[in-house]
Amino acid sequence: MLDSRIIDQLRQIVGKDQVSTEKADLICYSYDATQQKFLPDVVVHPQTSEQISRIMRLANTEKVPVFPRGAGSGFTGGSLPTKGGIVLTTERMDKILEIDEENLVAVVQPGVVTEQFQLAVEKVGLFYPPDPASLKFSTLGGNVAECAGGPRCVKYGVTKDYILGLEVVTPTGDIITTGGPTMKGVVGYDLTKLLCGSEGTLGIVTRIVIKLLPLPEAKKTMLVLFGSIDGAARAVSAIVRNKIIPTTLEFMDGRTLDCVKQATGLQVPDAARAVLIIEVDGDREFLDKQARKIADIIQPLGVVETRIAETPEESEALWQIRRSVSASLRKVNPDKYNEDICVPRSKVPEMIRKVDEISDRYGIPIVNFGHAGDGNIHVNIMIDKKIPGEQEKAEKAIKEVFEGALALGGTMSGEHGIGIAKAPYIPLEITPETALYMKTLKKALDPNNILNPGKIFLD
Amino acid sequence: MPRPGDPWVAPTTADNKIMSKLKDLEDYREEINQCVKCGACRAHCPVFGAEKHEGRVARGKVALAGAVLDGEIGLEAKVLEDLSQCLLCGSCCAQCPNKVPTEEIVAAARRRIAEEKGLSSFGKGVAAVLGRPKLMDLLAKTGGALSNLLFKKVPENSGLRLRFPAPYIDADRTLPPIVAKPFRERVPEVIEGKPGMPTVAFFTGCGINYMYPAIGEAFLKALKFLGVTVIIPKDQACCGLPAVSAGAAKTVEDLAALNLAALTRRPVDYVVTACASCNAGIGKIYADLGDDYQALAAKTMDIFVFLVKQGLAEKLAALPKAANRTKVTYHDPCHLRTRGITKEPRRILQALPQVEFVEMTGAGTCCGLGGTYSVYHYDTSKQIGAKKAANIAASGAELVATDCPGCIMQLQDSINHAGGKAQAVHLLELLVAALPSEK
Repeated sequence: MLDSRIIDQLRQIVGKDQVSTEKADLICYSYDATQQKFLPDVVVHPQTSEQISRIMRLANTEKVPVFPRGAGSGFTGGSLPTKGGIVLTTERMDKILEIDEENLVAVVQPGVVTEQFQLAVEKVGLFYPPDPASLKFSTLGGNVAECAGGPRCVKYGVTKDYILGLEVVTPTGDIITTGGPTMKGVVGYDLTKLLCGSEGTLGIVTRIVIKLLPLPEAKKTMLVLFGSIDGAARAVSAIVRNKIIPTTLEFMDGRTLDCVKQATGLQVPDAARAVLIIEVDGDREFLDKQARKIADIIQPLGVVETRIAETPEESEALWQIRRSVSASLRKVNPDKYNEDICVPRSKVPEMIRKVDEISDRYGIPIVNFGHAGDGNIHVNIMIDKKIPGEQEKAEKAIKEVFEGALALGGTMSGEHGIGIAKAPYIPLEITPETALYMKTLKKALDPNNILNPGKIFLD
Repeated sequence: MPRPGDPWVAPTTADNKIMSKLKDLEDYREEINQCVKCGACRAHCPVFGAEKHEGRVARGKVALAGAVLDGEIGLEAKVLEDLSQCLLCGSCCAQCPNKVPTEEIVAAARRRIAEEKGLSSFGKGVAAVLGRPKLMDLLAKTGGALSNLLFKKVPENSGLRLRFPAPYIDADRTLPPIVAKPFRERVPEVIEGKPGMPTVAFFTGCGINYMYPAIGEAFLKALKFLGVTVIIPKDQACCGLPAVSAGAAKTVEDLAALNLAALTRRPVDYVVTACASCNAGIGKIYADLGDDYQALAAKTMDIFVFLVKQGLAEKLAALPKAANRTKVTYHDPCHLRTRGITKEPRRILQALPQVEFVEMTGAGTCCGLGGTYSVYHYDTSKQIGAKKAANIAASGAELVATDCPGCIMQLQDSINHAGGKAQAVHLLELLVAALPSEK
């Protein structure tokens, strides 16, 4: 329980209606997509950078932790109020401030929902490529904090590649700006890149300057069924070797395909043991040619069947197969750990074999799908937590999956971040010296450990 | 004093502590646990879109329902307020990766609230039916102020009365007048069709009976064209959906019993509705009440599903197209959309010779009425309606057709608030305009 004096001051800063200590509200801001639950002491809905600055100063004076939150859709607990204190949600700072068609730049508040932003810029023929699976509900502020990715990143890169500048409230309450609307800028350290993916531990993003691209005229989607995951992986390499970078190169392994078949009645030949969904974008006349070229390149690599969408509806139907994956997995087991390792793309088949071996050894189903084009594999460890011992087995399996990815030159997390879920595993990937460098930064910027404490690094 | 936004007041003895056949909140424990808190509902909940607060979105309401079940929180004012902020539109469930039925969970939570706290004021209105099982109680001859109209002309057991208790209605709200002579009093109970054609019971619902009799007349004209025998039982009652929304379990069951008797007195092939809410009331809610009800629910069919089944879409499509066609768009009522009925009304609409069909953005999002919701949360309801009105305007349609009197009322109110020109109509009214005139 926070002192009522602190609550009163919060009310003075943001207004009475934007502060709640009602139990019902504390419950509603206690969770994220990790399904873990920590009750805060108070929920605050600020609307301006100045308010956030004053909240941070108050929090430092009173030594109360502050947990910034976007949509609360993260998979690693980045927004969870693990130590009580203040949940600071930016969901009402949801204005698109500017779309500059001359300079291909937009300025937004952090609470803008990613898809809403994409639709707004597409209306004027512009394009914001990062497309995390949560884009219909996650916020751009959250995307910046986690450096969100998505299927289109193969060709277009991740969130940080589109952030030109930020306005940020520091952990001690200063308001700073980083970068700016120019394509070039080398004055001082690149704080924009540092803050992207810092998981709300180094500052609260209050305004985002975003780089835009011209909207590609059209896209073409194809679904290719392979006899083995090796074939699918060789296809990915072959496409890239032929100097084609598709917009997306999504894969599903045989176990994932089984789940989808079972859940949706999808008709595919029994010989199909892996799927690639390939999409290319660009000028209309160039797409047919490119799709045919891709089909020709991969044909010798164990293709069972190729389906090329001729209409937007057919394209949508192919993507629907990919989107049905998450729900169909639940038929395997009720609980899942969704890890998002990333390996060099040539190592994808080796990684899948390793995961299959771990799955067999522990006797727990693990299904793999994800972004083959950039080696980002979603490893889904499916268990039933009600069965004693399953959770422990899953945790051991996760550790082995991480070790496997690292051994292949990969990383524990491609796009979900560390939060609290992966914090215990960080020493597997980061040397003590690197960790010290990072912690020194955090300590210098947040001497009282007020902002999102206990995230990334365990206290 | 009850006031809008604070509906859960004034306990009453009716509907308290009764053993209901409708599911208890406890029966939804597994579904509540199925919510993995991914947040997908934030993209689809119309109330969240307007309010931007986690307590207003499905994920928050499911979390609160779970916390109530676990005894973590009691039925305190804030919980009741959040649970009242649900249109029961089902948009969340339709897009939920785990298909968590939030609208059912919220309805069950409201029944729990009614049990423990007593009914709200609108729930009390429903409960009044218990002492007065006779339908068609009385209808006053003339009206005056809107409140008088609603209270004098509409029987106490009508769902309309629950939707629009007079003290809550804003002065700037567009509502259709209550008709002097209800639809069911204007028509015979049986209209014989041609031999060999099916026999259907027409479940009119309160909207058609008291506000939009022209829809009922269009219904009869369409079925006469096909030669279908229509029975319009005089003693049918409100479907009970407003009572579901209010959490008044006993009233739901009483109304269901009245309708079961009325609709099964004569053998019929189908029970046909022209109101999406009634269709969901009889076709979905009743199914939990027992075998007889399940049989009734199984026979319940939306008018356009019926008409398409009878081959009317092909017949209409064969008519010569008019030279000057009217641009018409279609609004999906939630209570049809969530039951998978979206294609049939469009098939009929597209087949009409005088219509140029245009699809609007967000055709499937809730209009914001949510039955009783709009009474207690009219400001939020208006904000949701404003988005709809903007989409209708952007489509360029002169008419927005739909299949639910409640939606028609809300759509017209929203268009009027936005200063739009479009008019909301029932698709049946467009349909009969295309049929050859009677000889």
